[in-house]
Amino acid sequence: MAAGQAYSEEKGGSSSLGEPEYGHDPASGGIFSSDYKRHDDLKEMLDSNKDSLKLEAMKRIVAMIARGKNASDLFPAVVKNVACKNIEVKKLVYVYLVRYAEEQQDLALLSISTFQRGLKDPNQLIRASALRVLSSIRVPIIVPIMMLAIKEAASDMSPYVRKTAAHAIPKLYSLDSDQKDQLIEVIEKLLADKTTLVAGSVVMAFEEVCPERIDLIHKNYRKLCNLLIDVEEWGQVVIINMLTRYARTQFLSPNQNESLLEDSAEKAFYGSDEEDTKDDKAEATSLVKRKPYVMDPDHRLLLRNTKPLLQSRNAAVVMAVAQLYFHLAPKAEVGVIAKALVRLLRSHSEVQYVVLQNVATMSIKRRGMFEPYLKSFYIRSTDPTQIKILKLEVLTNLANETNISTILREFQTYIRSMDKDFVAATIQAIGRCATNIGKVRDTCLNGLVQLLSNRDELVVAESVVVIKKLLQMQPAQHSEIIKHMAKLTDNIQVPMARASILWLIGEYCEHVPKIAPDVLRKMAKSFTNEEDIVKLQVINLAAKLYLTNSKQSKLLTQYVLNLAKYDQNYDIRDRARFIRQLIVPTEKSGALNKYAKKLFLAQKPAPILESSFKDRDHFQLGSLSHLLNAKAVGYQELPDWPDEAPDPSVPEWTKCTSREKRKEKVEKPFYSDSEGESGPTESADSEPESVSEESETSSSEGSSSSGSEEEEEGSGDQSEDKEEEEKRKKKKEKEAPRKASLESAGSPSEEEEEEGVKKGKKKKQQQERKGCGETSSEEASASESSSSESDSGSEAQESPAEVETKRRKAPASTKPSPRATTAGPKEISLLDLDDFTPPPPQPVPSSNIVSSSLVTDLEGLTLTDTSLAPALLSPVFGSVRTYELLHRMTGEGLSVEYCFSRRPFPHDPHMVAVQIQISNNTDAEVKSLRISEPKPLSGMRIQEFPEIESLAPGDTASVVMGIDFCDSTQAANFQLCTHTRHFYVSIQPPVGELMAPVFMSENEFKKEQEHLSRLGEGKLTGMSEITEKLTLPEKCRSDHAIVQQVTSAANVGRVPCGADNEYRFAAKTVTSGSLVLITLEKREGAAAQLTVNSEKMVIGTMLVKDIVQALVQ
Amino acid sequence: MIHSLFLINCSGDIFLEKHWKSVVSQSVCDYFFEAQEKAVDVENVPPVISTPHHYLISIYRDKIFFVSVIQTEVPPLFVIEFLHRVADTFQDYFGECSETSIKDNVVIVYELLEEMLDNGFPLATESNILKELIKPPTILRSVVNSITGSSNVGDTLPTGQLSNIPWRRAGVKYTNNEAYFDVIEEIDAIIDKSGSTVFAEIQGVIDSCIKLSGMPDLSLSFMNPRLLDDVSFHPCIRFKRWESERVLSFIPPDGNFRLISYRVSSQNLVAIPVYVKHMISFKENSSSGRFDVTIGPKQNMGKTVEGVVMTVHMPKAVLNMNLTSTQGNYTFDPVTKVLTWDIGKITPQKLPNLKGIVNLQSGAPKPEENPSLNIQFKIQQLAISGLKVNRLDMYGEKYKPFKGVKYITKAGKFQVRT
Repeated sequence: MAAGQAYSEEKGGSSSLGEPEYGHDPASGGIFSSDYKRHDDLKEMLDSNKDSLKLEAMKRIVAMIARGKNASDLFPAVVKNVACKNIEVKKLVYVYLVRYAEEQQDLALLSISTFQRGLKDPNQLIRASALRVLSSIRVPIIVPIMMLAIKEAASDMSPYVRKTAAHAIPKLYSLDSDQKDQLIEVIEKLLADKTTLVAGSVVMAFEEVCPERIDLIHKNYRKLCNLLIDVEEWGQVVIINMLTRYARTQFLSPNQNESLLEDSAEKAFYGSDEEDTKDDKAEATSLVKRKPYVMDPDHRLLLRNTKPLLQSRNAAVVMAVAQLYFHLAPKAEVGVIAKALVRLLRSHSEVQYVVLQNVATMSIKRRGMFEPYLKSFYIRSTDPTQIKILKLEVLTNLANETNISTILREFQTYIRSMDKDFVAATIQAIGRCATNIGKVRDTCLNGLVQLLSNRDELVVAESVVVIKKLLQMQPAQHSEIIKHMAKLTDNIQVPMARASILWLIGEYCEHVPKIAPDVLRKMAKSFTNEEDIVKLQVINLAAKLYLTNSKQSKLLTQYVLNLAKYDQNYDIRDRARFIRQLIVPTEKSGALNKYAKKLFLAQKPAPILESSFKDRDHFQLGSLSHLLNAKAVGYQELPDWPDEAPDPSVPEWTKCTSREKRKEKVEKPFYSDSEGESGPTESADSEPESVSEESETSSSEGSSSSGSEEEEEGSGDQSEDKEEEEKRKKKKEKEAPRKASLESAGSPSEEEEEEGVKKGKKKKQQQERKGCGETSSEEASASESSSSESDSGSEAQESPAEVETKRRKAPASTKPSPRATTAGPKEISLLDLDDFTPPPPQPVPSSNIVSSSLVTDLEGLTLTDTSLAPALLSPVFGSVRTYELLHRMTGEGLSVEYCFSRRPFPHDPHMVAVQIQISNNTDAEVKSLRISEPKPLSGMRIQEFPEIESLAPGDTASVVMGIDFCDSTQAANFQLCTHTRHFYVSIQPPVGELMAPVFMSENEFKKEQEHLSRLGEGKLTGMSEITEKLTLPEKCRSDHAIVQQVTSAANVGRVPCGADNEYRFAAKTVTSGSLVLITLEKREGAAAQLTVNSEKMVIGTMLVKDIVQALVQ
Repeated sequence: MIHSLFLINCSGDIFLEKHWKSVVSQSVCDYFFEAQEKAVDVENVPPVISTPHHYLISIYRDKIFFVSVIQTEVPPLFVIEFLHRVADTFQDYFGECSETSIKDNVVIVYELLEEMLDNGFPLATESNILKELIKPPTILRSVVNSITGSSNVGDTLPTGQLSNIPWRRAGVKYTNNEAYFDVIEEIDAIIDKSGSTVFAEIQGVIDSCIKLSGMPDLSLSFMNPRLLDDVSFHPCIRFKRWESERVLSFIPPDGNFRLISYRVSSQNLVAIPVYVKHMISFKENSSSGRFDVTIGPKQNMGKTVEGVVMTVHMPKAVLNMNLTSTQGNYTFDPVTKVLTWDIGKITPQKLPNLKGIVNLQSGAPKPEENPSLNIQFKIQQLAISGLKVNRLDMYGEKYKPFKGVKYITKAGKFQVRT
């Protein structure tokens, strides 16, 4: 091959004078003339018309570059060919250009126009390649051009070009860091990209340019999680590492629950209201038990979506997932990574090296995880030493009472290895095992003593050092060993070992009273030839003997001290002087002398033999910094878990300090009215674990919001802080009406804010409930406990859900808000302000718009109803279906849809809130939209929505009306009127919408169930209990799926349940408030049994049918 | 991420360098040489070296050090894995990854490196994409190129980069459509002195050679998929399908690739196909020792054990060995102290034996440890775990492919302690 030739000639060139054109490179002091000649030749070739010659020349040049030789003086000749037609020539020119542009900036500019042209090419690959080269040219002058090109490419049609743009971002950043702000904008834009091709690259850019801007991730978090599996492997690594950090700031530690449950639970839940705690103490304890840490569904999403990647062929991906699990997963789930990590041990030795380092760190924290794989860490004689030592580390970490005998047997084999470094490490490992596991200490000690007669001095020395440490723990029983070691002083030459022996004898000279002076005698003889550390220990020994046995050793000590006094090492001279003053009593020496014995013969704590990998896990595992155990440049600290789940709406992590404030934020959305339902929805149950499946989350950015109130946050993260501020401002102004409105909503959690009002209020609530027809005393207590329950629950459970919804909501934000503004203004309660805040991309409209609409809102508020019982939980948000009320054809351009928002209807608790959405598809304005002539069946009542004055063409309004269906599924008929027309419409509720969730404890649930079935016995068995067997389909067997299906079929609240194959739900019918209890019991395989208890048989029967259908479909 | 790459041969020559960001001087490699010196042994060079301004992450493959220069925090495995991928690519392109082949194809190497990394971040590492961008050299092509002046760079645009199955190139066409699967299992074992198994497990891979036209969608099922305890997949495999049905469903890359690698669950007892009787002893003070090793087949389901090779790292004190073998040849390298005994096929009737005298350095103390024996062997037509491919179905294309499955069992890290 030509290039090959060029290469070998290149290599041989320096010696062969026959080929001057490849001669010496300038650096090696070549002759200029030959240099000229060579380059003339190449230049000629480059200038020729033939592509083959150009190619030949370029190949030679590239070979020179590869060899590290300087070819910069060819720059002008090469750069001319940048527009060459031949692809290979062009590519090689690019290679050259990128390499030398930095050195020849002016000339490099000549090529820029070619790339600029390329950027406009219709072919995406050419556009991409032009951008790639352009951004690789490190010439500061073209920064603006690059910036422009990147911006343009970031919105290119082709994902490949966008990917290239993402790659170009860090290049530009490293060239000119002043561009950061603009680049962040581009990154933000690209982060929103939905293609897998871009995801990895843009996260890489994010990590290099602005890893601290974690707020940019909020909106894209779910998408990244869902895309992850399809991203190319290198991108996966980067994304997983970033998400690990992200999750650490966003979620609560999954492992805190034990402690929380055990001791701090009560404080955490009831901390602010002392009285309450006392009152409900009895219940509290029972509540606490079924109030475990519930993982944020987004946290779960991350764990679930990364798990399959443990099966990746790419070791880096496996390691990334492993560290993610180690740092983020609950203890019980971390185990899954062990298998995958052990698999990596079959890989190349470099991979083994890195993996073992990480395993060593992990095995300290989570020993149990690797125990089943103990044997995989056994050492082969063919392993490289560095691998052996790491495996030894892991084996030592894994040692415990049960497996220590096996491990020690392995160690015995290792001790005989030919690799002496490894043997030394093994001896240390034995020492560590012995200190950690008391049971085997004697065995180990005996083994080590045997090693003292080993032929290899290194082994002996190491043993001595380790024995010394072990003996220090229980010296009394081991005078034999000490004697044995004393004998070794004749043979062992390793200074550290000698020093150790001397120290031991000195320390325990009372156990070996006869030998000690003799050793000192010998040492005194050889003192001058000893190493410094040995000398120090000789002095030490002498001092100690002098103190304990001055009769025999006085003269020897004097002698040693005299020798030391004239030693070359000043340390030793100092020590000798110091010790002499201390131990030899003189007139001057005074006070210290008395304490000499105490000083020297004090009880010394035994050393702790610790793994060098201890506490290394404060570095993110798998990182370079972890490996080096030092912070590498650009390392991003792994944050600690937050104490409270942060609110992602606050970009700078200004965490709310006061409880109150936080609560406000969390609770608010619950009271906002429901507007803007359209299309697919998602559930944000108060049981976050069951929340919405991937299918919808992946589609969530496009699809619009749901019917649940939380969703109605209706604004992006970006604007939320502003919003928050605005709200606070407003709040001050309208303090009074606000409170009223909140009270009207009868919120349980509001109580926390106004503690004073609390007690009275509760009583009121109870009375009301009684008024509702629940007269049994049981019920009263139940309601009380559940009210307190919901107080605490609202914080513990709802906040993660809340946080999560906000995040999820962000992308959908644009839709509901404009609609909301036009929606029946009088109906909306104050907290709907959220909806008035414009979506993030738009500039915030001046605040007076908001306040004026606010005023109208307030005027429309009715403040009469306070009747919502606290036991009625804020509803569980199953996926909300939309039904059609009026088709646009029949409605002559007016289309009306409705859905059940599952929110308590504020004006009348016995009514079901129906959210109606009216869109005007006509060309003309529709005026005075209202309901007229409701023709309800007996007992049925309809609370109309306030008249809509006018609806502009293309506009959509959303209003809420209340219907009391009298607990029946009969349709409510009425007329919908405009200024010109009347439409007859009817709303038929699914049975599941006729109820509202109730929160109760497991015990209450059981009690109620019993109560109900007793009721039934009076009449006919089965009167109040309907049971149905069903077979769960494959996709509907997980907890999430079941809970989701049930809650979407009916507006019920989940009841915590001890058994994990049972699911319980409770609700009350809206009109009569009769209890509906649902139990779903999973049997073996797919079988399950559904039981519904209710006084209302009809409702029960229909509900069973609906739920079964929901589960089975 | 990856700043620069230096390729260094065993004698310490930097024979190739490539920079993806600004140029880093070769002198950075001095830190590497320093570490190499300290490590004595090539395999003990630490893969990660910290220098004042850079970090060096290196791998050692086929007598070449691939030393990459890193400036900021990056997962070390990320770099290591990538470097191995580079070496794999060279192997794939040139048949071997050696200094000569790299030097001979320096331009292709450079072009490859250019495509594989962009600004230090991996761009195209799939062999199918790379081959579309840069054609691997063949004798025929280089002849044609020299005549016509055409080049190795693909003149079609690399559309594979855009596809959502980046591992497969488009427009594949074969006259004979074939799909071959090699199920290769390796036994890792440590056998102790007395012949009992300390540790044994089976590691397997399925290497495939797929030459099918168009976009075939294959699914491969096993008779006993539960055997597979821990599996890692080529990205082409649909994970969900495996999770739910234990079927490997995939659109294969074109050519050779590793489909899965797996570990057989450790509960299954591993049948060790050979046994070793050994008597190695060194006499005190006589500067000689005895060496007597016999290898025999154990239960192996009626298959012959072939390609048996035993290698022993003798202690340093061993000067020479005088041995006689009943079968095969042995060599002893007095410099590296490695004894290699190439036995070949084992016939149960006549067991191969190697015995004789070991000469030790006079005056040196007797070696403490007997060396451990590393055994290699091969058994054709057998997957020791009992794994069996059930069927291979193809969807998406009309033609009928030729399908083949081959089983083979090998010794992996098979070590007998003596």
